[in-house]
Order: sequence, then structure tokens, then C-alpha cells
Amino acid sequence: MQSIEPSRIQLMIDQFVNQDLYIHLEMTTGAYAAHLDSSKHPAANFITNAVIRYSHGGISGSGPYRVGLKMDRGWIYAEGLTHYEESESDRLIMAGHDNEGKLVVALQLSREPF
Amino acid sequence: MEQQVLVILPHPDDEAFGVSGTLAKLLHNGAKVTYACLTLGEMGRNMGIPPFASRVTLPAIRKKELEASCRAIGIQDLRILGFHDKMIEFEDQDALNASIDALLQELRPSLVITFYPGYSVHPDHDACGAAVIRSVGKLPRNERPVVHCVAFSKNCEEELGKPDVTVDVKDFLKQKMESMQAHKSQFQAAELLGRKKLNDQEIRRRFGTEGYWTYKFES
Ligand SMILES: [Zn+2]
Repeated sequence: MQSIEPSRIQLMIDQFVNQDLYIHLEMTTGAYAAHLDSSKHPAANFITNAVIRYSHGGISGSGPYRVGLKMDRGWIYAEGLTHYEESESDRLIMAGHDNEGKLVVALQLSREPF
Repeated sequence: MEQQVLVILPHPDDEAFGVSGTLAKLLHNGAKVTYACLTLGEMGRNMGIPPFASRVTLPAIRKKELEASCRAIGIQDLRILGFHDKMIEFEDQDALNASIDALLQELRPSLVITFYPGYSVHPDHDACGAAVIRSVGKLPRNERPVVHCVAFSKNCEEELGKPDVTVDVKDFLKQKMESMQAHKSQFQAAELLGRKKLNDQEIRRRFGTEGYWTYKFES
């Protein structure tokens, strides 16, 4: 993966407007968070291959980045994104990694199921 | 002539710390104050200790708290604009500006209070301030209200200098403290006032003045 270039991400977000897309949205503090630091509250969630559609969206921030996508009746939001998969042209694959390189957050969009 | 003031902030409780004393003072001096709050703060993380709010009930709880805060300050005209918390920066800019334009049109305020874009820490604060500046900036120069901005980023004084407007609100601390305390789900007493109870003198020193930067439009 490569460090996020906001202008490239924005182009892909615009390209996916108003169509049915499969989403993978995930956040995790890691299963060992509480084992390593008892003050931490371990939590995680993900949703894979739910179908969504948004009317517009954007990327903002100066890194780590935030992405918001506006749907007919709600929003999709991810904060803390640092990297994207530069080799993918038909799918938008983004993730945020902490300073140990571990994944904390992921937001992926595709016309085909993951 | 009565002064019409329009306050535009994104979250219930944004009014409490920064501007409630000023608003109470303006109202005392006969101004009319309209407070447009963009969201209900429905993505807030504070749920009470132990939690008495949930993701489902938080918006209604915060709406009640906001109304109580407005009563404490004396604001009679509260507008809840219904945008989604945390999403102001991604909102359709035309829709956002249209609702601010409509308020400017309707109220023709002489003073607008909002956040200083770029110096207000939370993305919603910055995006709210930016939208207000866009809307006011579109008005012809001679019809533009004065815009007083709240800023609190670490670099704000370094880059903007000291606030050019400071308001002594020591006579309005009762309203200000009640406004803050109205947001029960958001501020535990300890978080608000520190562990120990502040005496009157400490409260005056800590909360007795409110500062603003007058926005300078380029053209
Ligand atoms: Zn706020």
C-alpha cells in the first residue's frame, strides 16, 4: 500500500457516485489491547459486502485522513486513514495503520463483492 | 435600534463555554439573539456515568439540554438545522450555504458569531465557520454583518494575534454556569470544574471573559 494522495482518492470517490457498491468497513483496537494495557478497552467491528450507494463524498484532513459518504438516508464515515492500494483501479481500498504498522481502520468500496 | 445577533455553531454545548456570557450580556442590553445549531451532537461519546443515553436516545436528550441551555442564557429563538453530527465538512456545500443564506436573509443580523475556520480544532467547527464566512462573504460589502469568531486551536494566538474583541461577562456568570450545567450528558461536574469546587473568585478568573477575532474579509 502507499500513503494516501487525497486528490487520487477524491477522483475515485467521485467515480463511484450513485451506484450500488459493496462496502467493507472495519475498525479494531486489536484483540490484545487490554492484555498489553489493562486501561485499554478492546473493541472491534466490521461489516463486509453490505450494499450501499452514495450521492456524494469527500476526503479531508492533512493525514491521517477522514472520508465521508452521503447516502440517501444516512452517512458512511471513517477517520484515521493513512494508506491506499495504488494498484487497484476499479476498487477503492483504504486503511489506517498505527505507528506499529497495525491496521486500525479500513474502508473499501467495490462494484464486485470482496 | 435593537441589535439582531445570529449565532451559528455546529453542536449543542458549543455555545456554553465560549459565548454564553456574551449572549446573556447582549440580551440584557436589549439585543435579539437567534442561535442556529447545525446538529444535535448525536455522535457524541459522552453518555453519562453510568450511561443514561444511547445512540438512539442521545439526540433527543441533547436537544432538551440545548433548550435548557438557551433558557439559562435567555435565548428565545433557537433553530435546529438538522445536519448530521461530524459530517459538516462532507455535507453538500450548496445545501449548507442555502440554509445559512436563508437565515441571513430573514434576520439581517448586524452581528454574526461563529467559529474561526481553520482555528477551531473539530472538523465540524472549522467547516461551520467556513460555511458562515462563505455565506456572509457573498453579501455586498455594505450589507455584511460584523463576524466575531471563536478560536481555540493551539496556534490561534500565534497566527491570529490576541482576540481583538474581549467581552467582560463577570456579571453574567450565573447564566454561563447554568448553560454549561444544562448539558448534563456531556459534562460531568468534575470534568467541567476540576476535581475541587471552584470558589467565586476562581470562577470569575476562569470564565469571566470571552474573546473573539473579528473576521477580515479579503474583498
Ligand atoms: Zn463542538
